[in-house]
Amino acid sequence: MANSPHVHLPISVRVIMLKVLLALVPGIAVYVWFFGAAILVQIALASAAALLGEAAMLRLRGKPLSLFLTDGSALVTAWLIALTFPPIVPWWLIVSATFFAIIVAKHLYGGLGQNPFNPAMVAFCISIIAFPALMSQWPAVGFTDFAAQMHVIFQSQSPQDAVTMATPLDALRTQLHSAAARATVAGILGSHATFGNIGGKGWEWIALAYLAGGLWLLQQRIITWHVPVAFLGVLAAIATAFSLANPDSYAGPTFHVITGGAMLGAFFIATDPVSGATTPRGKLIFATGVALLTWIIRTFGAYPDGMAFGVLLMNLCVPLIDMRTQPPVFGHKDDKRGDDKQGGGTP
Amino acid sequence: MITTLFRFKGGVKPASHKDESAQVQITQAPLPSRLVVPLRQSAGGTPLPLVSTGRRVLKGERIGAPEGNFSSAIHAPTSGRVVAVELRMLPHPSGLSSLCVEIETDGEERWIDLAPVNYEAETPDTLRNILRDAGVVGLGGATFPSHLKLKPGASGCIETLIINGAECEPWITCDDRLMRERADEIARGIAILRHIVSAGRVLIGIEDNKPQAIAALRAAMAQAEGVDVVPVPTRYPAGGERQLIRVLTGIEIPYGRYGTDFGVQCFNVATASSVHRAIDLGQPLISRIVTLAGNVERPGNVETLIGTPIDALLKLAAPRADTDRTIMGGPMMGFTLPRTDLPVTKATNCILAASPALFPLQGDEMPCIRCGACTLVCPAELQPHELYWFSRAKNFGKAQEYGIFDCIECGCCAYVCPSNIRLVDYYRFAKSSMRTLEREKTAADAARERYEFRTARDEREKTEKAARLAAKTAAGRQAAEGAGAVKAAVAPAATAFAEEKPLAALDERKKALIAAAMQRVQSQMAGVQPKNIDNLTPEKQAEIREIEARRVKVRELAKTPPDEPV
Repeated sequence: MANSPHVHLPISVRVIMLKVLLALVPGIAVYVWFFGAAILVQIALASAAALLGEAAMLRLRGKPLSLFLTDGSALVTAWLIALTFPPIVPWWLIVSATFFAIIVAKHLYGGLGQNPFNPAMVAFCISIIAFPALMSQWPAVGFTDFAAQMHVIFQSQSPQDAVTMATPLDALRTQLHSAAARATVAGILGSHATFGNIGGKGWEWIALAYLAGGLWLLQQRIITWHVPVAFLGVLAAIATAFSLANPDSYAGPTFHVITGGAMLGAFFIATDPVSGATTPRGKLIFATGVALLTWIIRTFGAYPDGMAFGVLLMNLCVPLIDMRTQPPVFGHKDDKRGDDKQGGGTP
Repeated sequence: MITTLFRFKGGVKPASHKDESAQVQITQAPLPSRLVVPLRQSAGGTPLPLVSTGRRVLKGERIGAPEGNFSSAIHAPTSGRVVAVELRMLPHPSGLSSLCVEIETDGEERWIDLAPVNYEAETPDTLRNILRDAGVVGLGGATFPSHLKLKPGASGCIETLIINGAECEPWITCDDRLMRERADEIARGIAILRHIVSAGRVLIGIEDNKPQAIAALRAAMAQAEGVDVVPVPTRYPAGGERQLIRVLTGIEIPYGRYGTDFGVQCFNVATASSVHRAIDLGQPLISRIVTLAGNVERPGNVETLIGTPIDALLKLAAPRADTDRTIMGGPMMGFTLPRTDLPVTKATNCILAASPALFPLQGDEMPCIRCGACTLVCPAELQPHELYWFSRAKNFGKAQEYGIFDCIECGCCAYVCPSNIRLVDYYRFAKSSMRTLEREKTAADAARERYEFRTARDEREKTEKAARLAAKTAAGRQAAEGAGAVKAAVAPAATAFAEEKPLAALDERKKALIAAAMQRVQSQMAGVQPKNIDNLTPEKQAEIREIEARRVKVRELAKTPPDEPV
């Protein structure tokens, strides 16, 4: 016998996940425009691996296959893996990384809704630690020859230098750190074709397309403003502060916000509800932490981008953040008990 | 007059479906041949039955006496004969049974002698008692006795009276129709309520999707000073008492406190109307307006006698063939009736015929993805997903810490949950488990107290007995020394009281009996020998011998005559 409420909004996990996928489409389209169709192959590979891994784990765990396989959550993980990995990594790397994300990071922790870490970011971090060279192998702008890309992906041949190049973040770091030239940020960014107008040739347009998709997700109320605003705001603020203090050694806010995984992360990764904070203040703290870690790792760390590590490290803090940021309950706003939730007593 | 409106956080906007039943005038439900009137129809105790089988009752006659002050009287809804006073199932989610009075109606509708009261000449206490004896309870659904809500609380006075005409639940239109058709009754009831609490200000909150009701009440209240009819934004649950008070006054009343503590009190429009009837007309609460809607051909509102069978009532609206369930209340907070032959009570504001097409059963429950949709709509500003995890894990302490008892079970969270989680069911489970644990704990505490008290008493008695024995022994020794003297002293004194028999003879006979008894005991004791002592060590045997010697001594002592009866 059904209990109240007897009516229900026509919304489901599947609808939410499909909307997230839809919001990624503009970014993917621009991606294809600048870097060719290889990314579509990677998305397909990751999706197939994700669904396969999901099906296998659901069967092993005795969960209903039709219910969970169609919820779209594995596809979101797969697409985010494909979009954060270089589009010309060998097929076995993206497939095994996706398996790892689905099997270890998701299902071994209890499946949908239970994973403390963002599965896509786990895949990224594992891969960049295990295969740093392959994970730094980004296609040059203009390397859009599909046959050549497929050759790199499936024959696992090291691509020629002509078709790969460092990402803007990588290029900036390498050149700043090379003591040979007395390089300045302005000099590097201005002189290099990699960097486009504001944050990397091609990449800046993809980032803007992600921004458009993210704003649509906001409008659809799939995500709230807290994480994107706090993440991009804090990242811009710290970049501004350092670049004002020493413009020769530190890149400015537009570069940091537009380049690398910042925009994708702000709207699609750090907003992951399962592994992120849930309270409004918690979301702000979470996103602030991710932004600070991202900037620190980008600027001082050994890896080109810090978004993935920032997200995973802040995932660790989520239980504590949520616990300490519980908002007051209706009628209990004047109760003085610190951050702890104040509820009523037993009747 | 301008009233600044406040907002309550959260809330949802489900399709209202009110037009279907709001277009038709209230009709009178036909008198059924039998009425089953539950004695328990309000919060508080179950009223005691005042009638027994076979008794003839008049319309409005009291058949249930309020038990203490925290309950409300029950009346015969029509004249007829009592045919049963027995346990029957109540229209309640619990499906529990309670004492009901079944009346065979005689169709004459003969009233008791009504005693209208001029409220302006009466004290608030008298009026409150009249309301209690007239069985007036909140008709918004909670059926809390109205006389209790009219007592000033911690703040000492009720400055603001809130009249709830919001009617935020979809489908339900009984208050809407009442306001449109009987605004003057409501106005008189408001005047009485205001008189009882001497409220300076009256705010009537009505959702802005009921313009006719707003106009009708404005017209009816045109002459009254300090009364505002305030259209409030249509957003479920704007009609929740705490939410409406918040919207109209900005005051947030936490769980466990009452409006009176903050100088406000809230009554439903239908309650106001029944207050008017109880005081101005002397009529107790024996009927209410019920919305019949949902999967029916002729939706509408019917004035229904309490005790009318729900299935008979629903037939008036002609439910369609594919009706598979009947819901009492609205779709957000109503419950599926276990059976439809149950009676209408004071809490029955709506009967919904449900079909799979109209109220589809929810899909499979998925895991919570912490999307936070529930948090955004919770009017109690709770974190429903956290309460869900804690309830599910039976971590009741945490659930309580996160405010589960502040939950009003409005259903907004479950309404928006993309994972189809029946969140409210989890909260109901946690709350009832906690209440059960609390009850068990109270019972265990009481049992422990009883045990401790008894142990203490036994201990005390033992000490007292020992003290008495010690005193006796001491006295006994003395007595042994001067036994003859004592006897000589006692005997003449006793003789003075003896009237018929010579005391000496009695004394002798008694002595003989006692002596015989003593001998019997002694011979028994002699027969009882210590057992299992052959294999003991010499030390142990010596110990036993010592003990035996002490025992003999005690026996010797016991033989000495007591100086007073034990």
